[in-house]
Amino acid sequence: MSGTFVGMPAFPTAAREALGDTQLRRNLAHATHTIRDKRAAVVAEVEDWEDLRLAGAAVKEAALRDLATHLETLEESLTRAGATVHWARDAEEACAIVAEVARSHGVDEVVKVKSMATGEIGLNEALEAEGILAWETDLAELIVQLGDDLPSHILVPAIHRNRAEVREIFRRRMGDVGRPAPDDLTDEPAVLAGAAREHLREKFLRAKVAVSGANFAVADTGTLVVVESEGNGRMCLTLPEVLVSVVGIEKVVATWSDLDPMLRLLPRSSTGERMNPYTSTWSGVTPGDGPQEVHVVLLDNGRTRALADDVGRQALRCIRCSACLNVCPVYERVGGHAYGSVYPGPIGAILNPLLNGVADEQTASLPYASSLCGACFEVCPVRIDIPSVLVDQRAAVVDSHRGDRVPKAEAVAMKTAAWAFSDSRRLAWAEKASGLAGRVLGRFSRTTLPGGRTAAGRLPGPAAGWTGARDLPAPPTESFREWWDRTDGGRT
Amino acid sequence: MRVALQVTCVNDAMFPDTGKAVVRLLRRLGVEVDFPQAQTCCGQPMVNTGYLDEAVPVVRTFVDAFAGYDAIVTPSGSCAGSARHQHSIVADRSGDPALVAAVAETGPRTYELSEFLVDVLGVTDVGAYFPHRVTYHPTCHSLRMLGVGDRPTRLLEAVRGIELVDLPNATECCGFGGTFALKNADTSIAMGADKARHVRDTGAEVLVAGDNSCLMHVGGLLSRQRAGVRVMHLAEVLASTEENDA
Repeated sequence: MSGTFVGMPAFPTAAREALGDTQLRRNLAHATHTIRDKRAAVVAEVEDWEDLRLAGAAVKEAALRDLATHLETLEESLTRAGATVHWARDAEEACAIVAEVARSHGVDEVVKVKSMATGEIGLNEALEAEGILAWETDLAELIVQLGDDLPSHILVPAIHRNRAEVREIFRRRMGDVGRPAPDDLTDEPAVLAGAAREHLREKFLRAKVAVSGANFAVADTGTLVVVESEGNGRMCLTLPEVLVSVVGIEKVVATWSDLDPMLRLLPRSSTGERMNPYTSTWSGVTPGDGPQEVHVVLLDNGRTRALADDVGRQALRCIRCSACLNVCPVYERVGGHAYGSVYPGPIGAILNPLLNGVADEQTASLPYASSLCGACFEVCPVRIDIPSVLVDQRAAVVDSHRGDRVPKAEAVAMKTAAWAFSDSRRLAWAEKASGLAGRVLGRFSRTTLPGGRTAAGRLPGPAAGWTGARDLPAPPTESFREWWDRTDGGRT
Repeated sequence: MRVALQVTCVNDAMFPDTGKAVVRLLRRLGVEVDFPQAQTCCGQPMVNTGYLDEAVPVVRTFVDAFAGYDAIVTPSGSCAGSARHQHSIVADRSGDPALVAAVAETGPRTYELSEFLVDVLGVTDVGAYFPHRVTYHPTCHSLRMLGVGDRPTRLLEAVRGIELVDLPNATECCGFGGTFALKNADTSIAMGADKARHVRDTGAEVLVAGDNSCLMHVGGLLSRQRAGVRVMHLAEVLASTEENDA
């Protein structure tokens, strides 16, 4: 009961389709600007925000630098506290572990805390194949699941939906999988939340097994941390008898006090709140209180691949706040589905290629899904230099094609440009040719640009991508270089 | 002080008037610039598309052309950003210690025009006259890669006759992005359309920025819309005087 990103086209194609969805454009522009402004306001309140960013980056950097040691410490602490630790190399192994736990308790359903890692590994689909239904309990994830939809944002996966659409989904689908929406359902946010509460309550009370992720895993105390806004996560973490948490290995921090900068950075960056509403922490099993069987699945799934990348490694500092999505001018217009992954936006454009490599065309298109404007780096609470990693991943894409028998047109164009730019005499010659072309284009042009220059008219080939929507001035008949020569730098 | 003009490949081939304006402006302020004829391009088109090996000879040409100058002035935030922040990446890739050393010399000496005027020459009133309603778009690389801050607007505010109006959502990218404008043309145009709308909302007759590549994009959209707004490089506004109106 959910869509799949498998088989998504490359970004430019998916983006073109999304750009034509007027409802999506309106929903996204409204939502991203609202969260963006909220974040900016609460970040401005913190005088030492820059120091806090540095502290957050340092905590994650220190943990990553000595990741193996911290993970072993985490395993010892968790085991001592009564949890069972599993190691999963990839998605398949992780899904199999969760399925086995569920099967060992004879259940055919689990409740889920919102979790990116389980989305990444396609856990719901894997469990469904085993005859186990996974119920999403985060409000936005519920909207996505009921709508047979795909998440389009890290923090608010149903950001592409407005309240009228949510009402329609609830009305149509809730009854198929549990308590139906009330007949008098309106699109008032409080009414919609009320319907979700009634619907989910049955599932919370019934479930024997819960599945979560974790925002942080504290090595020295063996504590997992879930940061959420609704309290639905806490229901899952406390009511069922069995709890399985799928945790990416990059979530580890060394000590409890390392949480300090992280828990101050995260809410302001993500929801634009000063403090997070529901922060749940648990260390293994506490007799008579909460789940009595606790499993932790430590997930690699490409993270050690990313860790081995000198430039890209910093992406593992990400705390999934979504600030980069909310400020991204590309994301704002095309939404999350075009990225073909549960990790959309600027962070997705670097994280997906780092985790999976750039062998497939869809992933290879992601580092180019950015104008390199740098707004993402500016807001990142852990100072991930996303533009630099994007450029580095573009180089990885280009390098992966260096052995191609037939080079791409772009590679030929770049090599030609580099050849011309490697000697000013060649460039001067090219400019003369362009000046001649300008004269010809100018003669056929019927457009004068504001200010008086002549436009080049519609051009064929790759240049059509430019002139399809934008006028282009015809090249001047004299380059700057020629002018300088002719006039001795304007002195004669 | 030996000052070189890095006119940029885009200005050299497409917008020579911007280069001429820089020469005229600096001459008026008592600075004679050289134009090292060996210069070509900063290499950014290759770097930002992922062609790092191809960028190596281009960056080598850059450092050879500008070796020995105390300051390299460029009318482009993007190209200054490339020299200051990306040449080291290319040099590291080349594995050539001489190139690594050379970019460490030229990078920090490269100034975007407004930085050179305000920080090196210490002027904000350059004696310009431009009696038009103007709005200013801070280009992303000048704003976030270089951190030019309010230098361009301080320069514009000191221009006599100018009516400077704020651009809504000014700091949002116009959507040019180099090869992004072609590889993701639809998204680029969608971003540019919103920028053009904000420009039109100001009622300005002239949109000013410090990068002609961004202006070529937004200006191309405005022109196609017959919006009645022209685009001009900051240098051309600052070079304008009563005697020599742009």
